[in-house]
Order: sequence, then C-alpha cells, then structure tokens
Amino acid sequence: MLPSDFPNQATMSKTFTDVHLSRQRLLDRGFRGATRFFAFSVLAVLLGIIGSLIVGSLPAIKAFGLHFLVSSHWNPVTNNFGAAVAVYGTLVTSAIAMLIGIPVSFGIALFLTELSPRWLKQPLGIAVELLAGIPSIIYGMWGLFVFAPAFADKVEPWISDKMGGWPVVGPIFNGPPMGIGMLAAGLILSIMVIPFIASVMRDVFEVVPAMLKESAYGLGATTWEVVWHVVLPYTKAGVVGGIMLGLGRALGETMAVTFVIGNAHDFSASLLMPGTSIASSIANEFTEAYGKRYAGSLIELGLILFVITFIVLSLAKLLLIQLTRKEGQLS
Amino acid sequence: MWSLYTRRRLVNGVNLAISMLAMGFGLFWLGWILWTLVLKGAVAMKPSLFTMVTPPPGMPGGLSNAIVGSLYLTVFATALGTPVGILAGVYLAEFGQRGWLAPATRFINDVLLSAPSIILGLFVYEIYVVHTRHFSGWAGVFALALLVIPVVVRTTENMLRLVPHTLREAAAALGAPHWKIITLVTLKSARAGILTGMLLAVARITGETAPLLFTALNNQFWSLDMNKPMANLPMVIFNFALSPYDDWHVLAWGGALLTTIGVLGLNILARVLFRQKSHPL
Repeated sequence: MLPSDFPNQATMSKTFTDVHLSRQRLLDRGFRGATRFFAFSVLAVLLGIIGSLIVGSLPAIKAFGLHFLVSSHWNPVTNNFGAAVAVYGTLVTSAIAMLIGIPVSFGIALFLTELSPRWLKQPLGIAVELLAGIPSIIYGMWGLFVFAPAFADKVEPWISDKMGGWPVVGPIFNGPPMGIGMLAAGLILSIMVIPFIASVMRDVFEVVPAMLKESAYGLGATTWEVVWHVVLPYTKAGVVGGIMLGLGRALGETMAVTFVIGNAHDFSASLLMPGTSIASSIANEFTEAYGKRYAGSLIELGLILFVITFIVLSLAKLLLIQLTRKEGQLS
Repeated sequence: MWSLYTRRRLVNGVNLAISMLAMGFGLFWLGWILWTLVLKGAVAMKPSLFTMVTPPPGMPGGLSNAIVGSLYLTVFATALGTPVGILAGVYLAEFGQRGWLAPATRFINDVLLSAPSIILGLFVYEIYVVHTRHFSGWAGVFALALLVIPVVVRTTENMLRLVPHTLREAAAALGAPHWKIITLVTLKSARAGILTGMLLAVARITGETAPLLFTALNNQFWSLDMNKPMANLPMVIFNFALSPYDDWHVLAWGGALLTTIGVLGLNILARVLFRQKSHPL
C-alpha cells in the first residue's frame, strides 16, 4: 500500500507527496530501464561480434566458399587461403593440453579436497589460482626463452629416440629437437589450463554432501574408492563442465601459443615440427595482411574459432547448471 | 596373489601418491616461472626503466612510455567497463526474476567471460579501427573494456545475491523507492565484493596482449594522445621479446616482471579484501 493511499494524510501535504511520489516512480522506471539497457548491451556485444566477423570475412567467404574449411593452402602471394592447417594446429595443441591437463587437474583437486592438511589447503589453493593469474604473454616469453631450449636439449632427443621408432605412432614423435613446435605449445597450454580445470573440480568436489562420503567410508571404502565411486559419479556434470571450460581457454589462447608454436602453415605428422593455430595466425599476420582477401581469410579464421569456442563454452555452462540444480535438490 | 585388502590398499596408496605428484607438478611450474622472472627481470630493475622511453636497439632506455600507456589504457577501460558491468549485474540480480532477458544475458555473459580475447580485438578493429583508419589508444580501451564487463557483471550479480532479503524489505517498509533501495542499501552493503570484482577485472586486463594487437598497437615514443597508437607493456614485451637484440630482451624481462607483480598483487589484494568483508552484514 502506498503512503498516499492513507486517508488521514493532510490535504496540504498531499499535493507535495503526489509530486514526490510520481517523481520517484519515474526515477524507478528510469533506473530499471537503464539497468535493462546495459544488460541488453551485453547481448548486443555478442551479436555485434558475430555480425562484424561475418561482414569482415565476406571477401574470403565469397572467394573460397566452404572449400576454405578443408583447404590446406595458405599462400599470400597467390591469394589462396584455407583454414585446415590452422584448425588442425588448434585442435592438436588443445588435445595435448587436455591429455596432460585433465589427469593433473584431477590429482590437484583430489589433493586439495581429500588429502591436504587443513592449514595447507588455503595457501595451495591460492598458489594454483596465481598460476591462473599469470598473463599469457609471460607464459609465452618463458616458453620461448627458458622452456623451449631446455625442452630441445633434454626431452625432445629422448622422445625422438625412444618413441620415434614405435609402430604406427612413431612418426608423431619423430623429428628434429627444435624446442618450439606443436608439442611444446601443447605442453605450455596444459600448464595454463591446469589451474582453471583444477579450481572448478575442487569447487564441485566440495558440493558433495559429507553424509554421502561418510557412508562410503563407514562401509570401509578407501579414500581412492570414495573419490572414484562416490565423488566423481556425483559431480560428473560439473567435472565435464570444468574440462570444457579449460578446453575453451586452450582453443582461444593466443600469446603463449604464438611464441612457441613456430608459425608454419604446413601439415606435418610430427608433433615436434612447428605448426600454427587459429589464434596465433591471426596474431602474427593480421596487421600485415594486405588485401581484402587475406584479411578476410584471417577474420574468417576468427569466426571459426569463435563458433568452436562458443559451442564448447555453452556446453560447459549447461553442464555446470545441471550440477547446481542437483545441489539445490539435496539441500 | 595379493589379498583383496592389500590390493585395495595398494591402489589407494599409489593413486594418492600420484595425486600428490600432480600437486607438485603444478607448483613446480609456478616456481620455475616466477624464479625465471625474478632472475631475469631483476637485471632490468634500474631507475632508468621508469624514467626513459623505449629505445632503438643498442641505445639505453626504459619503459616509461609503456608503463604510463598501460596505466592509461587500464584506467580508461576500467572506468568505461565497470559502470556498464555494475548496472547489468544489478539488472540480473534485482530485476531478472522474470522474462527471457536475464537468463539469456547471464548465459552469454558467462560465454563472453572465457571467449578468446583476440576475437574482441578483431571485433573492435572491425567496428572502430576500420572506420577511423588508424590504430589508437581509444580502440585499445574499448577492447579492454569488453573484457572488464563480463567479470564485473558476474561478481556484481553474485555479491548482490548475498545481500539478505530482509535488508531490502526493511528499506521498502520505510517507504524507500526501488532505485534508492538498490543504490543506497544493496549496492552499498555489497560494495566490498563489487570492488573485489573490479580489482579482478583490472588484473585480468593488465597482462592482456591479444586484444591490443590490432587496436592500441604500440608506440616507440612518449605519447598521451588517445587518438594515436599507444605504447603499453604487453605489446612492448611482445615486440622486444621477439626481436633479435639482447638489450631489448632485458627490457622485455623487466616489463614482464613488472606486469606479473602487478597482476599477482591485484589478485592477492582482491582476495584479502574479499575475505575481510565477505559477509555483507
């Protein structure tokens, strides 16, 4: 009930109250409208990004059509471009990052939630988050000057020697020890995604009701069995969501990859050879891309990257929402 | 061979040991990276780093123009992105109970939060740089502001949701209009959390390089003109690190150390601040 509805209000102040109230109502509507406008502008940014990328890549779309997606040509001289090599590089480096990142992140989350002594939990948690805070250009620079030489010196000859002769997968590991290349880029990406995946996993492990875990412990299960048979099945959706989030980061990571991938637009079976990724191609070539078709091709690469990450991140979000719902039901 | 119990205990022991190794693996990289940064960055830590502009190769110089440029870009981007983020966050938390706009915005905002930052650079290039026909500080500011917004939206909404409903109802019972309840009561009691979000957003954009590649670009000289290309630490690190000159490498490491100290410092500050006042009442 509004104050002006009270009958015992003095008639003299009534006009004043009315004016005052209508002004407040106007301000209310204005405030609400303003917040609504800015919420809408977030949506508009997304539409703007998609729209501008499509417009920017029109010259390339017109010239190459769908063939762009499968063509492995990348030749600025003849103005012939294709996305296959860059897409391949992006997928391979992200796959390496996930292959290493997922088990390590799981181990870290397991340690932080089940094993770590109480006093160590917070400092270690902060340390992992600091790893996430280091800017990607620092990873790139460190990768180029410190990691790659050490990698070329100590690890790659061993990989090439020992694993290069394996049947079937041998060619993947056979190559000159250059330090930079797709394997190095994948490894550095794995270090970069570990903190993201680990912190999501830790958070979702913590929503498992203590009762559930205690019941399993009460039946005589070991810590590992509790984690593997109780915690993990319960948090499945959240864990996959965290992994997708990490994958989204790995796919779009630019600077760290640009430094260490070697930027070669060639297909090579060996992971030790240089390659290129979508983001690193754009970063390296965009400012020097003369001609509408060259620039358009790079923007189309950007569009492809955006579509891929959008799908991956949407899946991540949907899975995480699913877990939150479950949490709500049980509490 | 082994009894069931021994085997289970063994599996448990091995897997827990692996989990500890994983923790060590993570800390190992953090230690190695920070150690390298301190070792190589300390060489560049001279007064001239802060007083002289970026030099041509072989000449003495510092990073003063890049440091100031980075501060300019960060301050303007935060000033531009924060109000937008806070208002959008207010909508999601206070008005978003009905309708399609709030859930859609929340979803898109979370996607934008982790979208590749280089795409934002491309976007600003397409809608701004192409039309002005030159790289500029403002273009960099716009690209960075687009990174600030999702972080601020997210934290603002989360923090406002922590404010107890009784507080809003108490204000409403006193006859306060809705806009006053939000600005003077809920936003005010959630301000520590919102400030934390702002600091995290600043930390996020401090080291970002990819969105500046096609927007602010870089500038060898001292320039505070926001309509011209603007020097900034990440781009200087990028250009100098990939150059063949040793003295440029030293400056790049110096810049890398400064940037990392800034980012990690902001992260820790945000955490401390939030822990002190995480409860709005």
